[in-house]
Amino acid sequence: MKLESKIPEGPLAEKWDKHKFNVKLVNPANKRKYDVIVVGTGLAGASAAASLAELGYNVKAFSFHDSPRRAHSIAAQGGINAAKNYQNDGDSVYRLFYDTVKGGDYRAREANVYRLAQVSVNIIDQCVAQGVPFAREYGGLLANRSFGGAQVSRTFYARGQTGQQLLLGAYSALSRQIAYGKVKMYTRTEMLDLVIVDGQARGIITRNLITGEIQQHAAHAVVLATGGYGNVFYLSTNAKYSNATAAWRAHKKGALFANPCFTQIHPTCIPVSGDYQSKLTLMSESLRNDGRVWVPRTKEMAERLRTGQVRVADIPEEERDYFLERKYPAFGNLVPRDVASRNAKMMCDEGRGVGTTGLAVFLDFADSIKRNGAAWVDAKYGNLFAMYEKITGENPYEVPMRIYPAVHYTMGGLWVDYNLQTTIPGLYATGECNFSDHGANRLGASALMQGLADGYFVIPYTIGDYLAQTAPKPVTTEHPAFNEAEANVRAQIQKLLSINGTRTPDDFHKALGHIMWEKCGMARSAEGLQQAKAEIQKLRREFWQDLKVVGTGEELNQTLEKAARVADFIELGELMVDDAYHRNESCGGHFREEYQTPEGEALRDDEHFAYVAAWEYQGENSPELLHKEDLVFENVKLTQRSYK
Amino acid sequence: MAGSNPNAKPLNLTLKVWRQKNRNTNGQMVDYQVRDISQEMSFLEMLDVLNEDLLRKGEEPVAFDHDCREGICGSCNLFINGRAHGPEPGTTTCQLHMRKFNDGDTITIEPWRAEAFPVNKDLSVDRSAFDRIIQAGGYVSVNTGGVPDANEIPIPKSIADQAFDAATCIGCGACVAACKNASAMLFVSAKVSQLALLPQGQVERKQRVENMVAQMDKEGFGACTNIGSCAAECPVGISLENIAILNREFLAAKATSNNLA
Repeated sequence: MKLESKIPEGPLAEKWDKHKFNVKLVNPANKRKYDVIVVGTGLAGASAAASLAELGYNVKAFSFHDSPRRAHSIAAQGGINAAKNYQNDGDSVYRLFYDTVKGGDYRAREANVYRLAQVSVNIIDQCVAQGVPFAREYGGLLANRSFGGAQVSRTFYARGQTGQQLLLGAYSALSRQIAYGKVKMYTRTEMLDLVIVDGQARGIITRNLITGEIQQHAAHAVVLATGGYGNVFYLSTNAKYSNATAAWRAHKKGALFANPCFTQIHPTCIPVSGDYQSKLTLMSESLRNDGRVWVPRTKEMAERLRTGQVRVADIPEEERDYFLERKYPAFGNLVPRDVASRNAKMMCDEGRGVGTTGLAVFLDFADSIKRNGAAWVDAKYGNLFAMYEKITGENPYEVPMRIYPAVHYTMGGLWVDYNLQTTIPGLYATGECNFSDHGANRLGASALMQGLADGYFVIPYTIGDYLAQTAPKPVTTEHPAFNEAEANVRAQIQKLLSINGTRTPDDFHKALGHIMWEKCGMARSAEGLQQAKAEIQKLRREFWQDLKVVGTGEELNQTLEKAARVADFIELGELMVDDAYHRNESCGGHFREEYQTPEGEALRDDEHFAYVAAWEYQGENSPELLHKEDLVFENVKLTQRSYK
Repeated sequence: MAGSNPNAKPLNLTLKVWRQKNRNTNGQMVDYQVRDISQEMSFLEMLDVLNEDLLRKGEEPVAFDHDCREGICGSCNLFINGRAHGPEPGTTTCQLHMRKFNDGDTITIEPWRAEAFPVNKDLSVDRSAFDRIIQAGGYVSVNTGGVPDANEIPIPKSIADQAFDAATCIGCGACVAACKNASAMLFVSAKVSQLALLPQGQVERKQRVENMVAQMDKEGFGACTNIGSCAAECPVGISLENIAILNREFLAAKATSNNLA
């Protein structure tokens, strides 16, 4: 298989415009003859479903939630980037493009990222027109704030709830199309397989989560907008239901999976408090604008603090190490996420961590409160402070927050070409579900940007190119491939219900998460990854021998749902380990201990690894086949990232 | 790491939980004991412990809705000790922590109770009525593309802030559960206010409120009798003032309606 990225010819700044002119169009009267399935209705899915329906296509949209408004996009706090240059501080499409490619440690496609920066400005316009209440200045114009990895202020926000407001905007556009009958919405319905007819994606198999009914759905094209796979780690900032099942099953049907080991560990999360911990909560990166990150200067002081012999307030200024400000004077507390996370881990590894477990660093607002007043801090971060207090029982106005890195986002995903089409014709992937724009590390406030860019402004053009080359004949589920896929889905459900072992799905999931976090998390080594692979394979065997699920498949059965997702997480976890093992370099979120600079920074190997690793499924128990898409940098010079 | 009080004593609790097989069967309260519950746990983590125990014993775990567990998705919806989302004000069920309870407590856990929210199973209810109300008009009818530059619509900060406050509704349904009439007025008013306040919402202002209220009535929600339990129990602090705005918007729309049907 040759990977064709289909990046248009010509200068960077003209590629997208030229491409839009060159793609084939579907005549307006013919659009209603095409059916498109959209799986997932978060930012990427809801925006795509609404926009495609507005164009006239018939859309069937699927969500496993009870409402499209619940997708995990809703939890994004900090903001959305756009190259508006409203602040007159030197921003431009080119600068956003440059920051994103650099922030991604030069493992993203230039052309995709440039397009993302171009359409970023349209997203803000669109959202405002929908009534999204972004923060404003007293003059009535839009406000911005700064985010990690950038030296301009280009992040639009709605207090600490930007994702919520953007998702409700997309949800409202989707709701309008549902009311018009252009979108048929299936809630509490989970995709369990992809159906391929004559080499093209032609439909999906779903399970109704309330009744257990298995259904077949046919369409001319399928868009997966099913989010990321951070929950492979069990503990992450993802929602509990976020899963990889739709993407993974498409992968097993032939869609290549790209850069699975590129996972983002977010530096500012509330630390783990016990074994019962069910998820981790992010504290927005925007807090690093005003909070200062520190640990005690010495191990001894940290030890005294952990054991309660000294209080935080009693540690004098000269005994505090503001390590990000010390090591990276240019960016200070606003270094990119991977750098901030790794440094927090380093401090804790040195024995200078805080809290009873020593797995935390301080994020301190004392200076900001002194300088600006508590009311100012409250107006900016009030909801985040309240959330922190609810979870920890501590008041961050009085004692510094304790934070620790946690799995947050997955840059890897289904491989897509410039049109966001996977290696299966007619199957598209948008948002976090694909791999395309963030390279090895995503910058803050760029996930919302990408999800909406794909859904509002990319897929409506590129899917038309495919559909225009497909006959506008009705599609049905008559082809035997539908019954075959349905039989496989039923067989798997039956198998999960019949093992009748002793361990719960959560038990296996926690075991997997532990392996992944320890050996394929913030720091990885060849040795650890080899161990991880063996451990995951063993876990997988145990899963299929000792799983316990009760109840039936013909009812709401949350344990059964969970079991099927964990089965997929285990397989995907192994691929992540393989990918991390093969990539003999450090880049962005992928830090291999063997490859670092003398200062402990990630050491890339551009000569051998400036490519996208796209893996092809080869059947159960066979190693996946690696394909490489070389990354060509014509506009950005590859350098060692420096935020010093 | 434990939070403020690492020495807090683990709790032993009695839970009275609503169990109901599906929409078409009757349910009942069932007693469970949970032991050694850390005070640092969230309420849902405590239920996770119960469910893992049940599963290991071969019994069916308690079905409940939840997802983000950070108070924003609006999925979780438990009626705890007779209160929507439990005893702590301004808090969703997932953000409620066990440090708010005492050793030996008996805790009753029920689903939202409203005719418009039928029970799916145990504590999970069907809130699709809310979606249908939004579909009736809770949007600004703009297609993708062709919109003006964002800064061509200046909005006074105070108005933007007020609209934002209304827009933070998470659609959990606590307002309905808390109301003795199972009225959805607070939910509807939040969306109506947000869009009535903003310039973008003016064009469809009248038909929006008319259509949304009509759908609300059709779904079987009760009338508002101005008690205010909804706002008192709202986990995100949607203000009762929004209902006043909704009433004003509705009257004004009806009095000058373009809708002749």
